[in-house]
Amino acid sequence: MERFRAVCMNDIKSLLKGDKRVIARIVSAVEDGKGEDLLESIFPHTGRSFHIGITGPPGAGKSTLVTSIAKRLLGCDKKVGIIAVDPSSPFSGGALLGDRIRMTDLALKDNIFIRSMASRGSMGGLAQATKDVALVLDAAGMDYVLIETIGVGQVELDIAQVCDTTIVVLVPESGDSIQAMKAGLLEIADIMVVNKGDREGSERLVSELKFAFEMREKEAGWDLPILKTTAIKDEGIEELVLALESHEKHLTKTGKLEQERKKKLLLRMHELIERRIRVHLQKKVIPENEIKQLMESMYKRQLNPYRVAKKIARRIIRGSR
Amino acid sequence: MRGKIRVLVGKPGLDGHDRGAKVVAAALRDAGMEVIYTGLHQTCESIVEAAVQEDVQVIGLSVLSGAHMTIFPKVLKLLKAKKATDILVIGGGIIPIDDMKKLQRIGVRMLFGPGTPTSEIVDWIRSNTSEPKKPSRRAKRSVKKRVTKKRKK
Repeated sequence: MERFRAVCMNDIKSLLKGDKRVIARIVSAVEDGKGEDLLESIFPHTGRSFHIGITGPPGAGKSTLVTSIAKRLLGCDKKVGIIAVDPSSPFSGGALLGDRIRMTDLALKDNIFIRSMASRGSMGGLAQATKDVALVLDAAGMDYVLIETIGVGQVELDIAQVCDTTIVVLVPESGDSIQAMKAGLLEIADIMVVNKGDREGSERLVSELKFAFEMREKEAGWDLPILKTTAIKDEGIEELVLALESHEKHLTKTGKLEQERKKKLLLRMHELIERRIRVHLQKKVIPENEIKQLMESMYKRQLNPYRVAKKIARRIIRGSR
Repeated sequence: MRGKIRVLVGKPGLDGHDRGAKVVAAALRDAGMEVIYTGLHQTCESIVEAAVQEDVQVIGLSVLSGAHMTIFPKVLKLLKAKKATDILVIGGGIIPIDDMKKLQRIGVRMLFGPGTPTSEIVDWIRSNTSEPKKPSRRAKRSVKKRVTKKRKK
């Protein structure tokens, strides 16, 4: 294959067959924002794989957990795709993607495809293109797509919009029950994992989390599991995989899977509309000299940005009709 | 044209000295590239597989163990088998000049010895991954035609 060759429609056939080189090429195109046509033709072939998200603070053991989960799934003859996101530098735009280090013995197996992604300026714990890359892997026939976020804090919650099941990983050092009662990260968990279970304080954190979650309103029919694992020793993984299975069953049985996926598609549509409008706005909808005038008058407090925004928005909406 | 330059930095074989690889990886990151770092003790197979899945333009291997005459040819062979010879293979480490010449003859694109400034590696990667390197003959001809047509007008 020639380098720099544009990915063409013929490749879609090879993608559907799971040709790794083609998957890789298409993922790159999508990452670089040149894959919209491709995504359109891929879309009818998606919706078959189950997406699992793994999130948590840096160094919590996300990559190691992903590796152990993937191993179990491969053992059940499943095809597995992994997307591991690491942060891009806001200064140089570069990135050091090191999640693969923990996955090397996996990568050589037939039924797996692993891809590292840099976040490229996105702030929600994933890259902007992660959703689309997940679709590509879906179309490539993966039964499961595991998506690992960058190391997150409290509010990077994009993962929940991409995945059917979200696992939140904490470590004994993550904090006490007050941290667990705060809004944010823990609210998106379908399964909670306390990793590095061989460390001091892991039992305590598990019981504090149980206490904190007891006070929360529960989702009907799903008792949120709080599990202890030691991923590096492969301990507790069996239970985790079982929990994943039963969450998947729960989603299908209650019809929640369909419901949630519909919601996500609507959300995605809105996002894409927003993106287009943003691009449109950057194309100088407001003439240069008017911008200068507006800036001047706002600075002198003759106009206020609230009123100006309202006026301009009205003008744009009217103009597009 | 491809958006980001993606480079795989790997340590094949048994030597455990990864300081150099890490310095290079960090320098490439700071130059705005996306660096996939594979860590120590990789097999040639896993490096090539990773390079294919990650769709990198360049593989950079650090070899300080003296096994370079085994490792580099093997990586090239595996790339060929995967029809991925468009991925450029470069390297660094303790490699005698005679061996460097031999390796470059069989397809290793560039070898950087000890003391190379990282900026030299960055520049090399930038100038060798930018498209198009050489327009094909046909492309050249059509460009010429277009130019002459315009002139006639």
